[in-house]
Amino acid sequence: MKPRDIPALLYVALAVIFIFLPVVVLVQFSFQDGLAPVPPFKGFSLRWYDKMFADRKLMEALGNSVLVGGLSSLIATALGFLAAFKLARRPGRGAPQMQFLLMAPITVSYIIIALGLLIVFNGLGFGKSLLAVGVGHVVINLPLCFAVIYSQMGEHQANVERAALDLGASEFKALIYVTVPMLWPALLAAFFIAFTLSWDEFVIAQLLSKFDVTLPVVIFSLLRTGLNPVTNAVGTFVFAVSIGLVVLVELLLARRPRDG
Amino acid sequence: MASGRHWLSINRWGAAPALLFTAACFIAPLVAMALVSLSERSGGHTVLTWTLDNYRGFISRSDGAFVDALVNSIQVTLTVTVLSVLAAYPLAYILAYRVPKRWQRVALVAIVLPFWTSYVIRSYSWLLVLSENGVISQTLLGLGLIDGPIGLGNNRGATVLGFVHFFVMLLTLTIYANLVQIKDSYRKAAADLGANGLQTFIHVTLPLSLPGVAVGAFLTFVLAVGDYITPQILGGGNELLLPQAIMLQINRAADFPMASALSMVLMVVVTLAYFLFARFLRMERV
Repeated sequence: MKPRDIPALLYVALAVIFIFLPVVVLVQFSFQDGLAPVPPFKGFSLRWYDKMFADRKLMEALGNSVLVGGLSSLIATALGFLAAFKLARRPGRGAPQMQFLLMAPITVSYIIIALGLLIVFNGLGFGKSLLAVGVGHVVINLPLCFAVIYSQMGEHQANVERAALDLGASEFKALIYVTVPMLWPALLAAFFIAFTLSWDEFVIAQLLSKFDVTLPVVIFSLLRTGLNPVTNAVGTFVFAVSIGLVVLVELLLARRPRDG
Repeated sequence: MASGRHWLSINRWGAAPALLFTAACFIAPLVAMALVSLSERSGGHTVLTWTLDNYRGFISRSDGAFVDALVNSIQVTLTVTVLSVLAAYPLAYILAYRVPKRWQRVALVAIVLPFWTSYVIRSYSWLLVLSENGVISQTLLGLGLIDGPIGLGNNRGATVLGFVHFFVMLLTLTIYANLVQIKDSYRKAAADLGANGLQTFIHVTLPLSLPGVAVGAFLTFVLAVGDYITPQILGGGNELLLPQAIMLQINRAADFPMASALSMVLMVVVTLAYFLFARFLRMERV
């Protein structure tokens, strides 16, 4: 190691400590064999996880989160794919404006999206529900799904589509048997990115739901009990799921070289 | 050729569902919110009277709570943006130029792993670290550096810390992405022309990396100024930020016109920030 590398190494070490300190504390004290998730660490125990899995409210919220995340991500991916396909293959004259409109929700705070939807749903007599939360999550995820899929659509796939057509495939079949299989890593990546965001989202879920709530909403209400090892256990669990999904996305997108 | 028409229709109308959805569930709600901000409440109903009372109320409320919330939000967000850029830049720089190419991607993903914890969990984790019986206080006590436990949470500093923690990771990503796109030959050319390391950095690398900084800083500003969770969990009850004021109007006061007016103010702040950053970006490219 050269002497000039030492300040850089020190800086990285400090940054890593800063970035990982809260996460390490969260995870470590989810295994606390005691009543408070703070030092000293009294030994290893899984009882808070037992308590978490036995908590009916938490488990219902977990199911709701998976349901809302799964369906809203599926819809966002499908809408994003169709739009990306059109705008990549046959942009036409209004393409820049269409892209702008599709990407616009990304610049607006979640709280504003939630309030707007709440006003509209109230006006229509639709009320708060998991379905409303799902709609909100499609709004925030559609731009991301579109962008991820659009960025992975290249000339290469267009050529193979044309080849399939020349060989006599019907054009609908070319889409299903050629385009979708070639794009599946991007489609899955879009789906899982959307799922990760929906899985973690709080403000929209809080404002648009009433009795059936998602996991972040329950976690937020748990915070009223102060520092609690069950919260650590739930947090660790939520984090582990997110990390699993992110690693999956990494692997999916790393399959093909990304140069643009 | 029924299927042929399918193809043509996807090719031509593929963007229609997404555009319709965005119009119905994003544009329409924003328009509705703008109209509600110009309405007043009468007997449990919201009536559109094209009044500016809500905006007047924002400015002239006797305790000044809303204006304070706006000022607090801008102060906190600017502090967070500046601190995050300053902390993230060296990290991105080291990753891009000191770490061997084949390890960069793994190192990057590993370093920003906690980026993927949810807002709620991340803020809670900082409570564990900062609270009176938390890790920092207990460690300092153990080392004999302080006499009694100290609580570091529940103030503006804790909010800023929680924010910086998240945005350092975001900015490391955007700045790194920009740095690796700068061609090595530029820096080599500067060196060949006799520039030392510092001169090369100031005259070549730094200016070329500013677009990445600006994009990341803009994202930081937008996400931080609109976030409710971090100040709500870490900030204590001493001061409100704008999103907290909006939530109070929705949940406790059930005053949708006021909440809408505050949201419009928030949108104006974000739009102004966008134009500032856009102008900055264009200037740097010339």
